Amino acid sequence: MSNLLNISSSPHVRDKSSTKSIMWDVFLALMPAAIFGIYNFSVKPRDINAILLIVVCIATCVLTEYIWQKAMKLPLTVSDGSAAVTGLLLALNLSSTFPIWMAIIGSVFAIIIVKQLFGGLGQNFMNPALGARCFLMVSFAGQMTSFTYDGVTGATPLAQIKMGTGTPKLLDMFLGTTGGTIGETSVVALLIGAAYLVARKVISLRIPVTYIVTFAIFAILFGQHDIMYLAKELCGGGLILGAFFMATDYVTSPITPKGQIVFGIILGVLTGVFRIFGASAEGVSYAIIISNLLVPLIERVTIPVPFGKEGIKDGK
Amino acid sequence: MSEATFRGGVHPYEGKELSSDLPIKTVMPTGEMVFPMGQHIGAPATPIVAKGDKVLVGQKIGEASGFISANICSSVSGTVKAVEPRMLLNGSKATCVVVENDGQYTGIEGLGEDRDYTKLSNDEIRDIVKEAGVVGMGGAGFPTNVKLAPKEPDKIDYILVNGAECEPYLTSDYRQMLECPEEIVGGLKVILKLFDKAKGLICIEDNKPEAIAKMEKMVQNENRIEVKVLKTKYPQGGERTLISAATGRKIYSAKLPADAGCIVDNISTVIAIYRAVCKCTPLITRVMTLTGDAFEKPVNVNVRIGCCHADLVAEGGGFKQEPAKIISGGPMMGFAMFDLNVPVTKTSSSILAMTTDEVALNEPTPCIRCGRCVSACPGNLVPQKMAQAVSHNDYDTFVSLNGMECYECGSCTYACPAKRPLTQLFKQARQHVAAQRRKK
Repeated sequence: MSNLLNISSSPHVRDKSSTKSIMWDVFLALMPAAIFGIYNFSVKPRDINAILLIVVCIATCVLTEYIWQKAMKLPLTVSDGSAAVTGLLLALNLSSTFPIWMAIIGSVFAIIIVKQLFGGLGQNFMNPALGARCFLMVSFAGQMTSFTYDGVTGATPLAQIKMGTGTPKLLDMFLGTTGGTIGETSVVALLIGAAYLVARKVISLRIPVTYIVTFAIFAILFGQHDIMYLAKELCGGGLILGAFFMATDYVTSPITPKGQIVFGIILGVLTGVFRIFGASAEGVSYAIIISNLLVPLIERVTIPVPFGKEGIKDGK
Repeated sequence: MSEATFRGGVHPYEGKELSSDLPIKTVMPTGEMVFPMGQHIGAPATPIVAKGDKVLVGQKIGEASGFISANICSSVSGTVKAVEPRMLLNGSKATCVVVENDGQYTGIEGLGEDRDYTKLSNDEIRDIVKEAGVVGMGGAGFPTNVKLAPKEPDKIDYILVNGAECEPYLTSDYRQMLECPEEIVGGLKVILKLFDKAKGLICIEDNKPEAIAKMEKMVQNENRIEVKVLKTKYPQGGERTLISAATGRKIYSAKLPADAGCIVDNISTVIAIYRAVCKCTPLITRVMTLTGDAFEKPVNVNVRIGCCHADLVAEGGGFKQEPAKIISGGPMMGFAMFDLNVPVTKTSSSILAMTTDEVALNEPTPCIRCGRCVSACPGNLVPQKMAQAVSHNDYDTFVSLNGMECYECGSCTYACPAKRPLTQLFKQARQHVAAQRRKK
C-alpha cells in the first residue's frame, strides 16, 4: 500500500482543444480581415495609422490585463489569448484615422471596466471590444465617425445609401475597397475567416444565420423594396463582422441552442430598427451590446427539454 | 439509410487497435481468491460458508439477500480461509469470502453439462439465471433475473444485445463476438423464449465491421434476430442512447427500459445467461481487456472472478513504463484504482494502464461558456448552468435544470476546453440530492 496510484473522478481523458486553442483560432480567423484592412488603409494610401492601431490595441489589452492581474494578485491568464482577441476586435472596429491615444483609452476600458471588474474571462456580460467601441463612440463621436478612404474623407457606403448622397458599387462593398472601420469593409475576407471558424467547429451558424436572415427580412419589409438595396445593406457596415465574430462571442451569447436562435432574431430586429429608423446608418454594435444584456433572460426561457421527456409535463 | 445514432456525444481516441486483434487468453489463477459479497447493485449476498469449509468450482458461497441481490459462486476449488472485510476497488472495505485455491478446479456435480433450454419453463429459466448469480456485466451489475421478469412481459418488443462497446480501449465484447458468437446467439434465444413477441437486436457500432459480419452470418437463418449497426460515437452503448438509436423509443431517469418495451443486456451478460442455462455453469469467469500504453503487451484475457488485479499485470507482459494512472473499466466512466491488490468482480471489464494522467495535466480554467458541453450532452442538458448551480450549492436550481437526468457519461467533461470537472460536480450533486430525498 506504500505505492498508491493517482486517482480522480471519471472521465479520465480530455479533448485536445483548450481555451487557448479556441482564442488562437478566433485570432487567426480575423487575420484575413485584418490583413485586408492594413492593405486597404495602410499600404494603398501609405498611412501607418491603421496598422499602428491594430498593434497598439492588442498590446494595450494584453498589457492592461497583465498589470491588473498582477496588481490584484490574480492568476495570470494573459496567455489564453482572450485579451489579444479583444484588442484585435476593437482595432478592427475603429476608423483608420482614429487617434492612437484614444484607442489606448478604449483598450483599457475594454479590459478593466467591461471584463475584469465583472470577474474576468467568462464573467463579463457584454462583449469587451464592443463595449469599448460604444464607449468611444459616445466619448469621441467625431473621430469615431470620420472615415477616410484613399486620402479622401467621406461617408461610408451605408451612410451614402441612408442619406441618398451616392450609390456605392456592390462589388466594392463585397471586396472591401470602400471606406469604413479597419476590419469591417471586406465581406469576402470576413467570410473566409468565418468559414474557418465554422470548419473548426469554433462557432455554429445558429446565431449568424438567424441574425442575418432576420435582418434581411426586416430590411425588405421596412426599408427599400429592392434587392440591390438589400445586398448592400448586408455587405455594408459591421453586419458581417458583428454577426460572425462578435455576436458569436461565447461569453456574451446564449449557451442554449434555442436561445441562440432567439438571440439572432433579436439582433436582426434591433439592427434593422437602428439602421432604418435610427439617426445613424449603423446599428450592429448597439444591437449586439443590448442583446448581450438579454442573454440571462433568454437562457432562462430556453432550457432544453431533457432526453426522453419530450411532451411530458413537469417530468412526472 | 444512415446508421442509427443519437443527438450529442463525443469522439474520444478509441485506442482499440492495441488489443482488438488479440485472441482471448485463458488465465488460471493460483493462491488466494477473494469473493466480495457485493458485486452488484442491491443488497450484498450473505456468506453461506465458513472458515475451513471445502468449496468446489461453481459452488454457491454467497446467497442473494433480497429481491435485488445476487448469488456469488466460487470460481475455484479449495478451502475457505476467511470470511472477513477486505479492501475493494473503490477503496471501501466489505465482507468477502477468501478461498485458498487448491489448483484442482474440481467442479460441483453436473458443472458444464449440456442442458436443453427448450424443455425448461420460463420460471425455471429465470430461477437458473438467478441461481447462477448472473448480473449485468457492462458495469452496472444489475441482477439479470430481475431484468428478465418485468411486470408486463407481453409488452416487451425488443431484446437488445449491447455490443456497442463505446468505451475507448475496451475490446472484450468485440473479441467475444468474434470468438464465441454462437454463445451470444444461444443466450439471446434463451431470452427470446421468455418473451414470445419480442425481437432480438444485436447492436454493434460501425467501427467493428468484422464483428458485424460475423454476427450477421450467425443470425441469417434466425427470423427473430437481427443485427443493428450503430454509428460509432460515445456513449452509444448507454442504455438510453442505445434504446433510442436501435428502436427510436426514448426513456428518461424515472423509466425502465421495460417501459419502452425493451430489455438491454450486454454481450458478456448474454453469454453468461447462455452458460448458466445451456451449460450448467454459473457466473464464475469473465473476459477482461488489459490495455493502455503502459502495458508491454496488451491482451484480452478470460479470468476467474475473484482473482487479484495485481496478478493479472504479468499477463500483459508487465508494465514497460510506470503507469501514471490505472483504470478499471473504460476511460470515460471507469474507476481510477488506488491499488492493484483488489479482487476482480463480475463487473470488472478491464485494466487500463496509462502513462499519462490527462486529468492531472489539465488544470481547470474559467468557463468561457462555449457551449460544447451542451452539444456533447446526450441527455440534452445544460451542464454549464448545472455546474454553476452546484458550485453555488444551489441544489434546487440543479434539480430544476434537470440535473437528476444526468447519468454521468462524462461527455461534457471530455469536451470542455476549459477542462472543468463537470461530471465530478454532477456526481456529488446527484448523490447529495438523492440523500436529501431519502431523508424526507
